[in-house]
Amino acid sequence: MTLKAWMPALAATAVIGLAACSAGSGSNDSGTDASETDIVRHSLDPYPSTYAPRPSGVTLIQGATVLDGIGGEIENGDVLIENGRIAAVGTGLEAPEGATVIDATGRYVTPGVIDIHSHLGAYPSPSVGAHSDGNEATQPVTSEVWVEHSVWPQDPGFEAALAGGVTTLHVLPGSANLFGGRGVTLRNVSGRTVQEMKFPDAPYTLKMACGENPSRVYGNRGQSPATDMGNMAGYRAAWIRAADYRDSWHEYWEAAENGEDGDAPTRDLELETLMGVLDGEILIQMHCYRADQMAQIMDLSQEFGYQVTTFHHAVEAYKIPDLLAENGTCAAVWADWGGFKMEAYDAVRENLAMTHANGACAMIHSDSDMGIQRLNQEVAKALGDGRRAGLDISDGEAWAWLSSNPAHALGIADQTGSLQPGLRADVVLWSGNPYSTYTRADQVWIDGAMSFDRRDESQQPVRDFMLGQPGEGED
Amino acid sequence: MKTLIPALALALASAAPGLAQSYAVTNGRVVTNTDQGIIANGTVLIRDGNIVAVGTDVTIPADTDVIDANGGWITPGLFAPVTQIGLIEVALEGSTTDAGANDSPYSVALDVSDGFNPAGTHIAATRVRGVTRAAIYPSTGHNIFAGHGALVETSGAADSIFNSGSFVYADLSQSGASTAGGSRPAAWAYLEAAFNDARGYPGRFSADHEGDALNRYDAQALLPVVRGRVPLVLNIDRAADLRRAIRFQADNAPVQIIIDGGAEAWLVADELAAAGIPVLLDPLRNLPASFDEIAATLSGAQRLHDAGVVVAYTTQTSDGYYNARLITQHAGNAVANGVAWDQAFRSITLTPAEIYGMGDRYGALATGYAGDVVVWDGDPLEVMSSPLAVLIDGEATAMDSRQSRLRDRYINITDETPFAYRR
Repeated sequence: MTLKAWMPALAATAVIGLAACSAGSGSNDSGTDASETDIVRHSLDPYPSTYAPRPSGVTLIQGATVLDGIGGEIENGDVLIENGRIAAVGTGLEAPEGATVIDATGRYVTPGVIDIHSHLGAYPSPSVGAHSDGNEATQPVTSEVWVEHSVWPQDPGFEAALAGGVTTLHVLPGSANLFGGRGVTLRNVSGRTVQEMKFPDAPYTLKMACGENPSRVYGNRGQSPATDMGNMAGYRAAWIRAADYRDSWHEYWEAAENGEDGDAPTRDLELETLMGVLDGEILIQMHCYRADQMAQIMDLSQEFGYQVTTFHHAVEAYKIPDLLAENGTCAAVWADWGGFKMEAYDAVRENLAMTHANGACAMIHSDSDMGIQRLNQEVAKALGDGRRAGLDISDGEAWAWLSSNPAHALGIADQTGSLQPGLRADVVLWSGNPYSTYTRADQVWIDGAMSFDRRDESQQPVRDFMLGQPGEGED
Repeated sequence: MKTLIPALALALASAAPGLAQSYAVTNGRVVTNTDQGIIANGTVLIRDGNIVAVGTDVTIPADTDVIDANGGWITPGLFAPVTQIGLIEVALEGSTTDAGANDSPYSVALDVSDGFNPAGTHIAATRVRGVTRAAIYPSTGHNIFAGHGALVETSGAADSIFNSGSFVYADLSQSGASTAGGSRPAAWAYLEAAFNDARGYPGRFSADHEGDALNRYDAQALLPVVRGRVPLVLNIDRAADLRRAIRFQADNAPVQIIIDGGAEAWLVADELAAAGIPVLLDPLRNLPASFDEIAATLSGAQRLHDAGVVVAYTTQTSDGYYNARLITQHAGNAVANGVAWDQAFRSITLTPAEIYGMGDRYGALATGYAGDVVVWDGDPLEVMSSPLAVLIDGEATAMDSRQSRLRDRYINITDETPFAYRR
């Protein structure tokens, strides 16, 4: 009751500026029912994907070691691509008429790499002030910003990541804020617009951040949050407002559908995103390092009735794999970054392998325009260290850390992340075992379309920025 | 003679710290970095801290502890050519960092030896990955001169600094231009003025007169650089700036310049080779991360080697102080991008030692070299390989770290013992 008493005033102060210019701009996505036409419903997808796959031929990759991304490993295996989809995976597949047949003897085929934590486009190369678009570090709650509005599709980092086998990436706002804004899942394709890169129908995500970053950024300005407890208070206050906002809309819609009169609530972009989380439509991707902080955040999510899909960085995930598993929350981690701040001081190289082997959902992530180019090597390091620690993890099992686990955590596992018939043909042909330093991606298909070929310059994208520069076309 | 597995070698070393041992490292593929090349199955004999024999027909004396490489690889210890290990414990906690001094009245005279902490936890974590030596450098403060770098080994011993005043580090990149007042002309003017001050030391500092750029103490500290006795490491990436540095060296003989950075060095490779200027390069840099490094490419390392430039590999893009241990991955990727394996391996062992004038003592397995030997479970440039034993100055070192202790504490999550009691 105490909370109820002060909340409306706080809400009004915080959102008035935003609400004033966005009220009443609703559209009606709910169909043609005449009785519904007057009900205010805001579009959930006002910046829709215009991604159109390039033409896919019929391709049969033969004789490879196939890691299918969900634990399987097939020796002398074949992968058949048709109509942009995986048509078959197995041994001794027949080439359909007109198929391009690729002899992959001695090489490896895997699902395309998915990086769940990238800032490409939002913090692009070159790193200049005008392009530093990743953190709306002006107030601790900025769930109203969407990182897709910051992504510069001409970032040369995209094509470097493609040469490393990355076919899908999730771009996030930075971690200065408690609520940093919405993330966006992209196909790693070239486009004149961000919309051309957006993964069709991928769920929206919301970036949240724990720990040192928000308390340092705002504490240094003499405002809240300045401490870990300030962080928690900030999340809770926002979720209370969000729950009220959601209730007001649900009450309005229920009444309107019953033919009762009533005004739609004033639209608030900040709370609209949080409401999407509470309604289960938007996935929480949360920057959090320490075990004790992750445990607090899982309690927070239960207090307000939402799910944390993934903890990002999670350098202490290895300390709480049981809690993560129990909560159904994944950990997206580095192989060997750590020590650069106190909350990263307990980083161990076995984090990924230990978290996985002890029963939680784990995956690799880059958070780096360099790391994203070699995520296979990052997994190789984690796998090698895990095995030396006595953990029995197969090559095939570990590829889930690069593809199906991030696909699951992004809500797109029914679309990509594994080599299963019917899924998008996002495929990498590696020159050898992808857990070797010396192996490189030879060819990359996105939706069955040849998107990168190391031996064919005509199949190597070059972003606008590099044209006419001394490094044009260099890898 | 008794045969040890590496874990036993470690136990023995901890039992008798500081006692010189004799070791024979046997039964491995020996990478010598000498005319002996790679010995398919050889032995390295170490006595009193030094290598005394390398080959296939080495006689192992009776009182020698044998480390069986078990078919793995035996290599010289790795030499990280530019890092800040031991100067920074937690980068974001200023109280734990001694790399740079924005508010000091001094610059050139600052010496990282005075800040190096051999007990820093990153040192063991780096050593267990095979890095036995490193050049540590200061960060730039209020002017383009950061100060003096030093050479350290990674045993964690109190005397791990084995060379001080090894080089002077200065920033002549875009950020140096900014420090100097806002432009590259400002940075080069400052450098020229500083050299004049040092040349004029002590005469021009008589009475109350200070130098044009440097104070008395810093000018004195720059003198060995001006005289060519201590190299000047310049942080530079842009091709045009590299040409300016080549001209500066020619105009200021006998000064000896080393380039740290060199993202666009491949565009100036022939000139650098002709000038005898070595480059400390991260072979992974390939993005136009700034307008200084538009031409960065994965093929840069190979092109520099081909032109005859002396190149040592850094881990610049993996960070400056705790991931020097990734130097093998960086070198392995150079191989993936066209560099010969032997060349790449030298670039993280013998070549950095040579650049700092220590090539007759470190970076190779040969009689007379320090007993820095690493035993690997496979090709050291493969990301899945790891050291089994690391010897520094002929002593087996501990193969655990704070990180491995944390790993061991949490690996069995269901153990009944409370975590804090697991040691």
